[in-house]
Amino acid sequence: MSDQSDDTATDGGHDDAAARAELLDLLCENARYATADLARMTGLDAEAVEATIADLEASGVVQGYAAVVDWERAESVTESEHVHALVELNVSLDRETGYEDIADRLAQFPEVQALRLVSGDYDFALEVEEESMGKVSRFVSEKVAPVPEITQTVTHYVMDTYKEAGHRFEETGDDDRLSVTP
Amino acid sequence: MSLDDPGAETEAEEPLTPSRRVQETPPSGIRRFFELAEEMDDVISLGVGEPDFTAPWNAREAAIASLERGRTSYTANRGMRELRERIADDAERWNLSYDPDEEVIVTAGASEAIDAAFRALVNPGDPVAVAEPCYVSYDPGVRFAGGEPLPVPTRAADEFKLTPEVLREAGAEEAELLVYCYPNNPTGATMSIEELAPVAEFCREHDIGVLSDEIYADLTYTEDHASIAALPGMRDRTVVFNGFSKSYAMTGLRLGYAMGPAGAIEAMNRIHQYTMLSAPTTAQYAAIEALDSCGDEVAEMRKQYDRRRQFVLSRFEEMGVDCFEATGAFYVFPEVPDPWTDASTFAEELLEAESVAMVPGDAFGSGGDGHLRASYATGLEELKLAMSRLERFVEGAR
Repeated sequence: MSDQSDDTATDGGHDDAAARAELLDLLCENARYATADLARMTGLDAEAVEATIADLEASGVVQGYAAVVDWERAESVTESEHVHALVELNVSLDRETGYEDIADRLAQFPEVQALRLVSGDYDFALEVEEESMGKVSRFVSEKVAPVPEITQTVTHYVMDTYKEAGHRFEETGDDDRLSVTP
Repeated sequence: MSLDDPGAETEAEEPLTPSRRVQETPPSGIRRFFELAEEMDDVISLGVGEPDFTAPWNAREAAIASLERGRTSYTANRGMRELRERIADDAERWNLSYDPDEEVIVTAGASEAIDAAFRALVNPGDPVAVAEPCYVSYDPGVRFAGGEPLPVPTRAADEFKLTPEVLREAGAEEAELLVYCYPNNPTGATMSIEELAPVAEFCREHDIGVLSDEIYADLTYTEDHASIAALPGMRDRTVVFNGFSKSYAMTGLRLGYAMGPAGAIEAMNRIHQYTMLSAPTTAQYAAIEALDSCGDEVAEMRKQYDRRRQFVLSRFEEMGVDCFEATGAFYVFPEVPDPWTDASTFAEELLEAESVAMVPGDAFGSGGDGHLRASYATGLEELKLAMSRLERFVEGAR
């Protein structure tokens, strides 16, 4: 076993870029992996894992960590509703105002969970999260629509979520394999 | 051989008495352990010999679509030509070149192909060298075919690789055939082309045919898989076995294949056409799609296995359990930790005390004693828990 670490050190497979990519991949899979386990899975030592993650955070590659929540199930926990809506926005630009400027104004609203510039029939795709449909409606009509550059909004309420951030929302399937097989 | 003498000891037998051949073949040692594990609740099993992933959706979808289109008849005995072509193309990455018409046969799992090869190539009393520890079916398969298994125990000191020394020690010069599996179940050992070369030399020198089970070929972690059939002079004395069970997590679809010289494949097809007729049609459609479009899924599964492999090896090292660096399949093969000496005793006590199942190495034939097979075809969270329980169990005895 002692030459295992020697092998990984000399094969060049774990240079800085490869280590960053591998850790980024692992954090996307599960941001709650312990440093010790990340080290065990990658063959890096714990200090190198810490340092690489700190670097990913400091350089802004990793912007944050969040849980993937099935809000329908969470209602029994939070005792509040969770309404999710996708809003299509069309905007008009002028010499003084670009997409960046409009995005800057919109992104500051805490109700806005995600904001993307997209290709196709509309310009921005906005995700809003609120406690009720009424609150979503008021937010869109009172805060978003009045922004001068915005020419049109189309709001789609999310009726059900089946998969989010790569996680399928369903009863976790039992392992139906036999417990011991050749 | 009295085994085949119909006159001997038959008078007193009840109708439907199992044949002596069957009576003389003990059930798999794994079976007993399976029964023990099944009696307990909440067992974390590191004893599973199949992927924990599900077959890629594209492949499953192709199977469903084939059913919707009513593709429910037999295929050609050797399998759909479309599939055989893709299999032959795919083998080129291991420097193997086979004619899809004459040199490829699709079977119900690699297991059927191996059984067909034994029955097609072994004459009564033929010695067949079996590199052990190994998958549990080779020894009985040779016996069912009327051959005489000749166990070739590989050594922990060689990291369970096959060498001319262990072949010679076992008297394998006399063998008609040599059967082995690399990447190996149960040890996780792999063999490079350089390590296979002296084995090939031995087989050429003593005119031995090779049955090379390469079912885990896609699951190597430190270097690409190599096949002995790619070595000079070996193609015409080797049958290569592979399948979709491990690479594509399609165990239940039962689809494997063999590639080899036309004469051997034709002989195997003779057995296959009378026993199986053709491999499952639905699975053949899934397999075509798997080869066409599921490479990314295979790469992703391999990545996950490799992480777990490194995790498990690290944990064994931390708890002072000796384990060589297994580089293939989804198994590691640690030594039985002190103060235990017997793998079965250890495995049973571990199961009893901590509800963690690992299979004693001697269930896989000679050379496996004193070791345990731990499968990491299990989610990381379960592996973590299993390793913590194992650590507690081992430390409690020290």
